[in-house]
Order: sequence, then C-alpha cells, then structure tokens
Amino acid sequence: MIDLNFLSYEFMRNALLAGLAAAVLCGIIGIYVILNRIVFISDGIAHAAFGGIGLGYFLGYDPLAFGIASAVLTAIGIGMVSTRARVSEDTAIGVFMATGMALGIMLLTLSQGYARDLYGYLFGNILAVTRSDVLLILTLTLIILALVFLLYKEFLLLSFDPVYAEAIGLPVQALRLLLLGMVAFSVVILIKIVGIIMVIALLTIPGAISRRHMKGLPAIMAGSIFLGAVFVIIGLLISYELDVPSGATIILTAAACFFLSTVLSR
Amino acid sequence: MTEKALDRVSENKEKIVSIRDLWVCRAEHAVLESISLELFAGDFLGLIGPNGGGKSTLLKVMLGLIKPDRGEVTLFGLPPAAARSHVGYMPQKTIFDSSFPVKVLDVVLMGRYSRKGLMRRYGYEDREAAQRALQAVGMQDRADREIGALSGGEQQRVFVARSLVSDPQLLLLDEPTAGVDSAQQTDFYDLLCHLNRDLGIAIVLVSHDVTAISTYVSKIACLNQRLYYHGSRELTSADIEKAYGCPVEMIAHGTPHRVLREHD
Repeated sequence: MIDLNFLSYEFMRNALLAGLAAAVLCGIIGIYVILNRIVFISDGIAHAAFGGIGLGYFLGYDPLAFGIASAVLTAIGIGMVSTRARVSEDTAIGVFMATGMALGIMLLTLSQGYARDLYGYLFGNILAVTRSDVLLILTLTLIILALVFLLYKEFLLLSFDPVYAEAIGLPVQALRLLLLGMVAFSVVILIKIVGIIMVIALLTIPGAISRRHMKGLPAIMAGSIFLGAVFVIIGLLISYELDVPSGATIILTAAACFFLSTVLSR
Repeated sequence: MTEKALDRVSENKEKIVSIRDLWVCRAEHAVLESISLELFAGDFLGLIGPNGGGKSTLLKVMLGLIKPDRGEVTLFGLPPAAARSHVGYMPQKTIFDSSFPVKVLDVVLMGRYSRKGLMRRYGYEDREAAQRALQAVGMQDRADREIGALSGGEQQRVFVARSLVSDPQLLLLDEPTAGVDSAQQTDFYDLLCHLNRDLGIAIVLVSHDVTAISTYVSKIACLNQRLYYHGSRELTSADIEKAYGCPVEMIAHGTPHRVLREHD
C-alpha cells in the first residue's frame, strides 16, 4: 500500500495543488492547442520563456513572473509575425525558440550558484513549488477557466473554421492572440511541473488520449483534465516512493498510458 | 415556381445591393476596376470569370472584409460590415480536420454568431433556427452526427444551413461545389433554386463552371478585373472574349443552355 503520510509535508501538498491546477490547464488549453494545430508554436513559447526566467534570476526578481512575461511577449510576437510579415511562421518560431534558450542559459550561468535551478527549469521539479507559486498558479488557472467559459462559442468557431469566422465578423486576430496568451500562461506553469523540454508532452498527451475515447468538446476536455490529474498524481507518487525526478515520472506515466490507449483502440 | 412565390418575388423588388464605381487595388495593381452592380430581392446571380479575376475579392468587399480604395458599396442601405446579419456566406471549400469533435447542429449554430455577438450564449431560439436551417437543406436527421462522419455532399449542405441560420436575405456562395461529384452538384443546384424561389432569398453564386450554372441562375455577370453585366442572363460573346482573353468557343463548347446570345 502507498503511504499517505506524504500529505503531511507542505511541499507535497503544494506539489499536488500545482499539479492538479496544471491538469485543468492541460485539459482545456491542450485541446485547443491540438485542434488549432499550434503544437509547435506552444513548444516555441515554452523555450522562449526560458530567456525571461534567466533574466529574472540575473536581476534577482521572481523568475516565474519574468518567465510568464517573456512567454506572453513571444506569443504576441509569433501571432503578429505569422499574420503580417512574410517570414514563415516556422522560421519565426525557430528563431524565438533558440534565442530564448540561449539567453536563458547565458543569464543563468552568469548568476552565481544557480546550476541546480537550471536543471529544475529544464526537466521540472514539482517538489520545489512554493506557496506563492501555488497561489499564482491557481489564480492563472481561474482566469483561464473564466475566459474559456465566456468565449467558448468563439473559440469553437475559431478552431473549426477561421476563414468563415472572419467573414461573419468574429475578431479572429484578437482571439488568436488571446489563445496564444493563454497558451503562454499555461506553458510557464507546466514548466514548473515537468520542465521546458517535456512541457509539450503534458500539454498534448491527455487531450490526444481523451479525444480517441470521448465525443464532443466538453466531454473531451473533462476526460483530458481527469487524465492529466491521474498522470500527475501517479507520477508524483512514483517519484516520491522511488526518489527519482518527478517531471520524468509524470511524463513516463502519460506516455505509457498513451501507448496503451493506442494499442487498445486498434 | 408556385404562384404564391411568384407574387412574393414580384412584390418585393427592393434594391439590396448597390455598388458604384468600386476600385480595389493591391500593391499598386487594380484587382477590381470601376465595378458597378445592383442586385434586387429575389435575384439569383451567377458570377463567372477566370481564376484570379477578382470574384472572391468582390465577395469579400460585400462582406466588409476588404475596404474599397474607391467607390461606394451598400447592402440593405448599410455599409457592408453593418449588414452582416442580413447576409449568409459560404466560403470556398471549408477545410477542417475530419475528426474535429463537433456535431452538425453545433456547426450550424456557428452561423448565428453574426446575430449573437461576443460572449452571448446560444439559446433555445438559436437552436430552433438551426433545426429549421437543417430542415431547409434536408439534413434534419443528421443534427446529432459528427460533421466528419458525413459525406462531402452532406457536409456541403450543412455549410449551406450554417449560412442560412441567421435568416439572411442574401446568400453569397464562393464556388460551393468545388470537390463535390457531379450528381451531388445537380442536387445542390436544385437546393439553391428551392431557396431562391420558395424562400425568396437572393443568391450570388460564384463559379468558374459557366455551363453548369447557366441552367439555374436568373442573371449572369462575368468578372475579370472589370465586370461585364447587363442585368440579364445573357452576355455577349465580345464580353466573354474580353473577360477571358480567349475565343468564346473554348468556354461555351458543348453548352446545352447557352449563356451567349445566338449569333446572327
């Protein structure tokens, strides 16, 4: 039997709360990422956020807040470039992505003694989530939930048929930027949990599995939230019991479930 | 056409579209040049012309998506962007993920957006309108199916329902039959005739298939930068030759219902 004593540790309670909020975000935003085919953009935003995190460290301010700021700026940048300029979207994302990573590594190295944190941001360390991180994560999750609730029909129309949406007067460009902004927030939160390298797996795997088994967008979102929560909890327990990195155990749990669902649905 | 429908059409000849001396330029190059066009309630206009001739651009001007560089465009006496709730639109072949998790009824509901606006939820009335629109295109028994599970022809009917659901008085259809086999095309044109004659909805049908549409429409215009239009079903061979830049025989070849006036 699994020992429930772990809940008596504050860092475990923080980790669980952050993980469950992340599951909600993955469930909702992850589905929009899949349906709008912006997986690569989302990954680019995650990598670019690293530049902001590095800058936060270097200047001695909250790295998470700086990470969010740079992720949102990148999201807006990519959103503008892809509609205005003649740079192809892929190229723009590639440039943002690599620049962000390079800046992050450079700035973190220049800030003395933070090599351990570098590892944490790249591969995630849910056990290092602090109480103020949890508050920030819960607030952002609530804001995103409210936005999706209010703009459900707009996001459905945007995701399904943007050409038609624009023709009947939907503010397509503004909504796309808003969606990318929500992706940016979610991605930075997920960085705390599973790290930059593995963000995209946690954002897409629950949705991809849920989509195979559920019908209708609300049901798919609910299924995806449920799966995300299961992955986080199981991954966290395994990590605690075996004393191995939490990010990797969460992703491996999700990946195992993904392959199982692929085999079973054949 | 029933007597009743005839009456309705003839009583109701208000002007719904007025375009005067419209110019649209892109990168110093005129895409539309001095276009003037009037449409009346109950009209069924076929808009033909070569690819790149500006057909889609003209529709986009009428939807208020492209601002004219010169000229005046009004729909129902309003600027195009303000008239959107009177206009239904069906874009050139809707490209979507065939496994997109959305029901037919929800696809049709999307067309209510122009009446609802931001952040307002669809209510009972909207659902009723969606059911009616599905009935008008004969797809009422597909309401609960996923859109990707329907055939190409059925999907196309659903997209017509989506353009009808806001109860428009004018439908703008941009090459709606692209990618649909010819048997389904005939059914589709019959459906448009039903909407036009029995429900009195004015239609602008953009197509490059001159021969197919000439049987159905009541007026034809040809667009290639300039508009060749005489307010009737006929174009002169000189018009078409000018618009397409090639001899008429190539276009009218084998036509069962001639677009061209008989030669003397």
